[in-house]
Amino acid sequence: MKIVVCINHVPDTETKVKVGTDGKTIDKAGVNYMLNPYDEFAIEAALQLKEKFGGETLVMSLGGDAHKETLRKALAMGIEKAILLKDDSIRDSYSIAKALAEEIRTLSADCILFGKQSIDYYNEEIPGLVAEFLGLPSVSVVVRININNGKVICEREIEGGHEVVETKIPLVMAAQKGLNEPRYPSLKGIMAAKTKPIEERQAATASSYVEVLTMHKPPPKQPGKIIGTDVNAVPELIRLLREEAKVL
Amino acid sequence: MKILAFAEQREGKFKKSAFEVTQAARRIADQLEAEVATLVVGDRIEKILPELAAYGVSRVLIVQDSRLHFYSTTVYAKILYEIAQREQASVLLLPASQMGKDLAPRLAAKLEAGIAADCVALKVENGEIIATRPVYAGKALVDVRVSSLIKIFTLRPNVFTASPMNGTALAVEQISIDLNESDFTSKVTEVKVSEGRPDVTEASIIVSGGRGMKGPENFHLIEKLADVLGAAVGASRAVVDAGWRPHDEQVGQTGKTVSPTLYIACGISGAVQHLAGMSSSKYIVAINKDKDAPIFQVADYGIVGDVFEIVPALTEELKRTLNK
Ligand SMILES: Cc1cc2nc3c(=O)[nH]c(=O)nc-3n(C[C@H](O)[C@H](O)[C@H](O)COP(=O)(O)OP(=O)(O)OC[C@H]3O[C@@H](n4cnc5c(N)ncnc54)[C@H](O)[C@@H]3O)c2cc1C
Ligand SMILES: Nc1ncnc2c1ncn2[C@@H]1O[C@H](COP(=O)(O)O)[C@@H](O)[C@H]1O
Repeated sequence: MKIVVCINHVPDTETKVKVGTDGKTIDKAGVNYMLNPYDEFAIEAALQLKEKFGGETLVMSLGGDAHKETLRKALAMGIEKAILLKDDSIRDSYSIAKALAEEIRTLSADCILFGKQSIDYYNEEIPGLVAEFLGLPSVSVVVRININNGKVICEREIEGGHEVVETKIPLVMAAQKGLNEPRYPSLKGIMAAKTKPIEERQAATASSYVEVLTMHKPPPKQPGKIIGTDVNAVPELIRLLREEAKVL
Repeated sequence: MKILAFAEQREGKFKKSAFEVTQAARRIADQLEAEVATLVVGDRIEKILPELAAYGVSRVLIVQDSRLHFYSTTVYAKILYEIAQREQASVLLLPASQMGKDLAPRLAAKLEAGIAADCVALKVENGEIIATRPVYAGKALVDVRVSSLIKIFTLRPNVFTASPMNGTALAVEQISIDLNESDFTSKVTEVKVSEGRPDVTEASIIVSGGRGMKGPENFHLIEKLADVLGAAVGASRAVVDAGWRPHDEQVGQTGKTVSPTLYIACGISGAVQHLAGMSSSKYIVAINKDKDAPIFQVADYGIVGDVFEIVPALTEELKRTLNK
């Protein structure tokens, strides 16, 4: 089985967001980056599929040189090959997906795995776009994968339950938390990753259709009221919720 | 100019987002002097259509087929695509629900359209739609414009208001779309419904528990409070990772993003990653024994106290006041 995993490099979750001088993007000073958390589930799923069916795994990221760090982490977890689709420009999801799809098209992969979403822009778009560009079925927010003789039964999370999806390979899937427990890179894996090559290629150009006009901070929240320190505060809390907030 | 609004239904019941999306479409259309068509897809859906009239919908397109009882990514995407083409719609509005977020990118690729995802506000400026959407887990917002000929917007549930208004006559057009077995390359064969309580992304009240609840055996306190309020149960990542609660209850940067009218955090410290998922709640109540816990920075009302005393007392008192 040939498995491709697409991963992203994002500011870590502790980042204090400051609007940059362009007024459209964040101020990158002092920001630490990491592998997008959902993509760890995708990498783990790829490794488990390979362990079960044999074959090869490949990880791909579109972005600047900094994305190599994230590709190395995937290699350290056990992925065999990495491709960096080099591009430093600002692109929207449509454009990123188009370039990823161009590259994936040449690979004749059976499974193309993604994380559910990037935690920087929260788009949740690239997996579906890539699937449509490639004319493949897709299962988003996947929490269970079962593949047997090319027949696939997955579960995806929906509001208040799961959908059981029947589909087939080749297939695009976008991993949700709960799918698996990502492994930690072993020391051996980390050492090996240092010497594994990262292939570099120029990303295909494509149009972007979403333009950020301004970035701004949400209005600061007024500090709230401490109503009390024991059960005596309960009636007052209910009164406030009913009369002031009017939510009960 | 035409706007196509997708009104989501499942199992013959409209989602609340269906009314939010159709009313947002109406408001935008009024400003752009555009027409609106609302699309409903499913099996045996005629009986629920009158509900739309009460929300100001006048023209409804329906695609009905027994094979559409369950959702299918590939088939629904095909239907929306064909309807969008037929109507020559230049703006598509969908809910940012699990269905809408699954469909939007596939449609975008088919229609060569840009998507503004998970919008929390839409406005019209110089004849153009400007969407506001949260980024970096709500730590910032961006205003975006979509420059493709066809533009797609998905709207975050629970944010856009939908209120019943003077009903107009409903014109229903049944449209048949040729569906072949080969269109069903992915299909849902079963929906496993979780028990009783509403889902965190749809609930208007959420009661969430964190590590301060001390163990899974104490979450019945959270559940009882939730049940009195008809609320969903949420959880911090710490308790989900510990296996005390299921993944689908996790609220936060790597969990669900929620916007209820009331969020009650019990024994949750309020780490940035948790706040990321819930700070856009309309009202936040925090119950925590540590007066310096960061959750109090975002809470409208706080009680500095022991969850094991406060939560049961709150449940009992609410039962009394709400007559349950
Ligand atoms: C990449 C990444 C992603 C993450 N994503 C998420 C996410 O999506 N969601 C999320 O929630 N977290 C997330 N986290 C984890 C986050 O950083 C915190 O560790 C987590 O939210 C803490 O959960 P908690 O508040 O339940 O536990 P704690 O931080 O341990 O807080 C427990 C609180 O309970 C209080 N308490 C204890 N006993 C009592 C009592 N008897 N009565 C009243 N109060 C009491 C304590 O004062 C304390 O404030 C993420 C972290 C990382 C690194
Ligand atoms: N620049 C990128 N390069 C490769 N894969 C990406 C990139 N950006 C996003 N992805 C993948 O697409 C998924 C969804 O991202 P998004 O649509 O940006 O929310 C992520 O979890 C990654 O798996």
